Amino acid sequence: MKDQTAVAGIGSTDFAKSLEPSERDLALEAISAAVDDAGLHPSEVDGMACYSMEATEEVDIARNMGFGDVTWFSKVPYGGGAGCGVVGQAAMAVAAGQCSVAVAWRSRKRGARSSRPWAGVSDRVSGDQQMWTRPYGLLRPVDEIAMLTRRYMHSYGATRDHLANVALAARRHANNNPAAVMADRTMTREDYMDSRMISEPLCLFDNCLETDGACAVVITSADRARTLRNPTVLIHAWAQSLPSQHQTMTNFFCEDPLRGPAWSCAKKLWSLSDAGPADVDVAQLYDAFSPLVLLSLEGYGFCERGDAGEFTDDGGIEVGGRLPVNTSGGGMSEAYLHGFNLITEAVKQVRGESTNQVEDVEFSLCTSGEGVPTGAILFRGER
Amino acid sequence: MIEGQLLPELNEFTEPFHEFASRGELRIQKCESCGVLRMPPRPMCPACGSTSFVWQLMSGRGRVWSYVVAHPPLLPAYAELAPYVVAIVELEEDPLIRLCGNLVFDSTGPINEVQASDVTIAQEVTAVFPPADDGFVLPAWQITGATQPT
Ligand SMILES: [Zn+2]
Repeated sequence: MKDQTAVAGIGSTDFAKSLEPSERDLALEAISAAVDDAGLHPSEVDGMACYSMEATEEVDIARNMGFGDVTWFSKVPYGGGAGCGVVGQAAMAVAAGQCSVAVAWRSRKRGARSSRPWAGVSDRVSGDQQMWTRPYGLLRPVDEIAMLTRRYMHSYGATRDHLANVALAARRHANNNPAAVMADRTMTREDYMDSRMISEPLCLFDNCLETDGACAVVITSADRARTLRNPTVLIHAWAQSLPSQHQTMTNFFCEDPLRGPAWSCAKKLWSLSDAGPADVDVAQLYDAFSPLVLLSLEGYGFCERGDAGEFTDDGGIEVGGRLPVNTSGGGMSEAYLHGFNLITEAVKQVRGESTNQVEDVEFSLCTSGEGVPTGAILFRGER
Repeated sequence: MIEGQLLPELNEFTEPFHEFASRGELRIQKCESCGVLRMPPRPMCPACGSTSFVWQLMSGRGRVWSYVVAHPPLLPAYAELAPYVVAIVELEEDPLIRLCGNLVFDSTGPINEVQASDVTIAQEVTAVFPPADDGFVLPAWQITGATQPT
């Protein structure tokens, strides 16, 4: 299905710590914006894809939006690992002829403390992901990723300065993006080093934001997209992966826990692509936690194993650096929508519409969560 | 013991594990057909497909693979004890069998007894079996020997 489908429209709500409208209302706003942006009418939409964690419902969205007869709908699991799979599967449905215009969306309200799932657990935990770790006080996603991070730092000599590079790059990009929640909040290396520890070795600024908002994209055939109003953003290649013996988040039980889903997903992605890592002009790498960016830089082949820390030195992942990463500010400084705003930013980079625009973008990579079953999309601009 | 500690749901795998722990034994699921150890325990051996297994007694000796120091915000029962260390320990018999647990100096010591400065990766530890709520025994790891190079 290489280059056979395209993202024809994107839409977003405002992003904020807390928004008044419901998740449904936010989803309707973002989907309406994406369909408008594509220059299509809602009655032309016949495919729908979302996260299994999505709180809004297909029938509810379709009835409100005035979609026509929907002939394909699907959901992808694993939270932040889902995003690229949601869009990729919608593209696959278009390529297979199951639908002709699909919308993919994510609406999320997580600004409120009480909405965080780990805060509401009962005193009995179930499932292999939690049963063997939570009783001992490894309670939160940040603890689970901190465990991998400590081992990574020990194995490869990465330091807190390298993690800071990730947080600072995101913040500098966000400072140039008026839509970012952290648009007006600058951060220095001292701010980072002085922030409180959450789960050592990770501090407050190694964590993504918790925000409210919604994003949506419209996927159609490349041929149809070429007749529409926006520059054509081809879905050149995409992939999903859950590697052998992987366990989501508490991935401590396989042979090499630091070789996560990014590696197997990358292998599939590059096998389906005409391009390789050296051809990528800009990347949105899933960043619920700063170390995931380091692991993804290695997994997708932008540097050798263990070298990601150094790769981020001297502005390496900022605009103008070796590989500009998370140019909207990403989950750490724009908004955290389970990675869906990374997808809209990857599309903007191909269209030339980012507030931190990289020059002459042909290949724009977006990845979903490392540390969980994941996905990735390589977008391509038409020359 | 932690007042309000999260406890695992009892099922065909957690129940025997914790039952053995209450007798002071660390036992890990082992495939009866091919002999491969697996953790977490589950119905089928990923190496050979067999569903028959035994609970193999371990020496209880291991090394710290990694660790974190948890700070609030945390569930209230744990926040009271923060900061505390949580480790992943690899077992002497098979370094690919890893268990999560707290580190202690004394077998009945609190989970915040060991400070971050007391721990290094590859620290040698030994399983101990402090009682928890509801008759559960959750293995902890007593700091014993020296740190061995990885
Ligand atoms: Zn077997």
